[in-house]
Amino acid sequence: MSTTSMQAAIAPAALTSWYEASARTRVRLLLDPESFMEFVGPEKREVSPHLKVFDLPEQFDDGILVGHGSLGGSSVLIAAQEGSFMGGAFGEVHGAKLTGLLRAARDIGSMPVLILFDTGGVRLQEANAGELAIAEIMRAVIEARSAGAKVIGLIGGRAGCYGGGGLIAGCCSALAVSEQGRIAVSGPEVIETNRGVEEFDSRDRALVWRTMGGKHRRLLGAADAFVDDTIQAFRDAALVLLEQVGGFELSTLTNEQVRLEARLRDFGSCADAVDIWTAEGVADAGAVPALPVNQFIAVADHVRRISHDTR
Amino acid sequence: MEDFSLRHDARQPAGGARKMAIVGVVASGNLEVLVERVVPERECLVEIRTTAEGFGAVWNAVVADFVDRYSPGGLKFSINDGGARPDTVSLRLAQAVRLMEVEQ
Amino acid sequence: MTLDEILASMFPAGHDVKNDEGVVYGSGSLRSGGLALVVGVADRLPLGVDDAIILSAHVLRSIARDSGPILVVVDSDSQRMSKRDELLGLNEFLAHLGKCLIYADSHGRPTIGLLYGHTAAGAFLSTALATRVLVGLPGATPVVMDLPSMSKVTKLSLEVLEEKAKSTPVFAPGLENLAQTGAVHVIWDAGVPLVDQLETLLASLPDIDDGRGLLGKQRGGRPKAYEIAERVRGLGLQSR
Repeated sequence: MSTTSMQAAIAPAALTSWYEASARTRVRLLLDPESFMEFVGPEKREVSPHLKVFDLPEQFDDGILVGHGSLGGSSVLIAAQEGSFMGGAFGEVHGAKLTGLLRAARDIGSMPVLILFDTGGVRLQEANAGELAIAEIMRAVIEARSAGAKVIGLIGGRAGCYGGGGLIAGCCSALAVSEQGRIAVSGPEVIETNRGVEEFDSRDRALVWRTMGGKHRRLLGAADAFVDDTIQAFRDAALVLLEQVGGFELSTLTNEQVRLEARLRDFGSCADAVDIWTAEGVADAGAVPALPVNQFIAVADHVRRISHDTR
Repeated sequence: MEDFSLRHDARQPAGGARKMAIVGVVASGNLEVLVERVVPERECLVEIRTTAEGFGAVWNAVVADFVDRYSPGGLKFSINDGGARPDTVSLRLAQAVRLMEVEQ
Repeated sequence: MTLDEILASMFPAGHDVKNDEGVVYGSGSLRSGGLALVVGVADRLPLGVDDAIILSAHVLRSIARDSGPILVVVDSDSQRMSKRDELLGLNEFLAHLGKCLIYADSHGRPTIGLLYGHTAAGAFLSTALATRVLVGLPGATPVVMDLPSMSKVTKLSLEVLEEKAKSTPVFAPGLENLAQTGAVHVIWDAGVPLVDQLETLLASLPDIDDGRGLLGKQRGGRPKAYEIAERVRGLGLQSR
C-alpha cells in the first residue's frame, strides 16, 4: 500500500484515487466530513464464524463497513466493501450487514443507500452462506426501492464487481463507474478456465477492460454515470444520481425489458465491444479505450443518453 | 494460525482522547490493527493472531521496540496479521497510535 | 424425476408447459382452482442473456394478465460463461429476471421455486433463489462451487475438503447443506403425489418477509446472519 490511512485522511477527496483507497478512506472522504457513524464496527469483532475452519485469518469487520452519514447535508445509509480482504467477497457476516442496512432503508422508506462495491462475488470458504446472502440482498434492494429508497451503486475498486455482486448492481436504482470499474458475472479467469483461452484470454488486459470495464458499461447503458478515478468524482456523481433517479414500479421493469431486448436486437451479433461502439455511432470506436475522461463523457453523452426509469 | 498476547508496562499514557481506531487490512503481507483505550494507563496490551507461525521472537522484538518508542499506555492493540514484514507491523502500530491522538 | 414426470404429478388436471431447448414456460391447472404460471430452466441449460430475456418476458406478461402463483422449475447449469454474454451485460439480464420474480411475489403472485436437478452461481440467484419459497426434490444437486474448483482456489486437497465438508455444511455442495443455511425451505417426498404437496404448500405459504435468515439460524447452517442483519437494521432505524 503506497497510500497510508494517515496520508489519505489529510489528502482531499479530489486528489485521492478511488481505486487505490481503502473502503474506510472511501467512506470518510465520500461523505460530509466527520459524519460517518458505523454500525457493528470492528470493535464488536463480529468476524466470520467459518474462516477458522480453513485456518484463514479473519478481519474484524469481515471486509465491509456499514453505517449512516450525510452527503451534501442529507442523511444516507452507506456500505463499503474492502476489496483487499479476501477479494471483497460475500460471506455470512459480510452479507448480513448489507442485508440489515437495506432492510433499515426499506423500513424508513425515504433514506437513500450508497453501496460501494468492491467484490469478486461469493466467498468460497462459506459459499452456501455467501450465495444466499446475495439472494437476500437482491430481495432487500428491491424491497427498499419499492418502499421509496434510492439505492446507488459506486464501482471502481480493485476487485471490480463480479459474480453475485454484478447481480446486486443490476438491482440498484443507478450505478456510477470509473474506467477501472469492471462489472460482470463470470470473471475473465472463470470464463477461460471453463471455456478455454480461445473463448476469453484472461491475460489480455485490453480485452478485459473493453468487455467488462467502465467505459463499455457506460456506452452500453449498463451504468448511468462515468466518472474520473477520484473520490470527489464519485461523490459528485452520487449527488447528481440521487437527484435524477426515480422509483421502482411495474413500468420500470417493462421499460427495462424493452431496453434489454433492444440491446440484444441491436448488438447481439457483435463480436467485440468495439463493434458495439461502432454500431452505436461512436465515430472512432477504436480510440475509445485511450480517450481521457472528459472527452469520453462527451462521446458517451452524445451516443447514449441515459433515461432513469429503465432499471 | 498462531495466537499470542504481549503485555508491557508503559512509561506514560498515550496522547489524545479517542477511544478506538483501526488501520490496515488483512491481506497477504499486510495486517490490521484495532486499537482501543481500554487497559490501565501504565499498561499496553498487544494481542496477535497471525498466519505466519513460529515468529514469536520477532513479534516480541518489534512490539518491545514500539512500546519503548511510543509509550502507548492505556492502549490495547488487536492484530489480525496476514504475514506482514516487521517494518510493516511497526508502521501500522505507529499509525494506530497517531490516529488515537487525532481529534474526533 | 424428469420434468415431464414432475409436471404430470403436480398438475394431474393438465398443463401446457413447453420445454423449448431448456427454456421452460406455460401454465398448469391447480387442483384448488385457477392456473399457475410455470417458468424455468431445464436440461441443465447454462442461463445466458437470450434465455433470461425470454423468461422475464413471460413473467412480465403474466403479471399484467393473470393471477395465481408462479412456479419456477430449475435444472440448470451455472450462468452461461462466454465473452458474448458478458459483453452484452449478463449481470443486468439475470438481475432483471430476479427483479421480475421478486416484484411478482410482492404483487399478489407468490413465487415457488422447484429445484429438481442441478443449478449453480448466477443461474441459481436469478431463478430459484429469487422466489419466496424454495422446494427441493430429492436428487437435486445445487452447487455454489464444486469441490474440484474450490480445491484449486483454496489450495487445499480434494480429500481435505471432503473431510471438512462433513463437519461444515456452509461451503459444501448439496441440497441438504443448502437447506441448513435456510436457502431451501422444504424437501418434498418423491413418493407422494406432488399435487398433494403443492396444495399443502399453497394453503400455508410463508409470510412475504424474507425468513431465510431465521431458518438458517434455527437449522444451524448460518449461526450469525440473522442476528447481525437484525442488529444492523435496528441501528439503521435509530438513525432516522
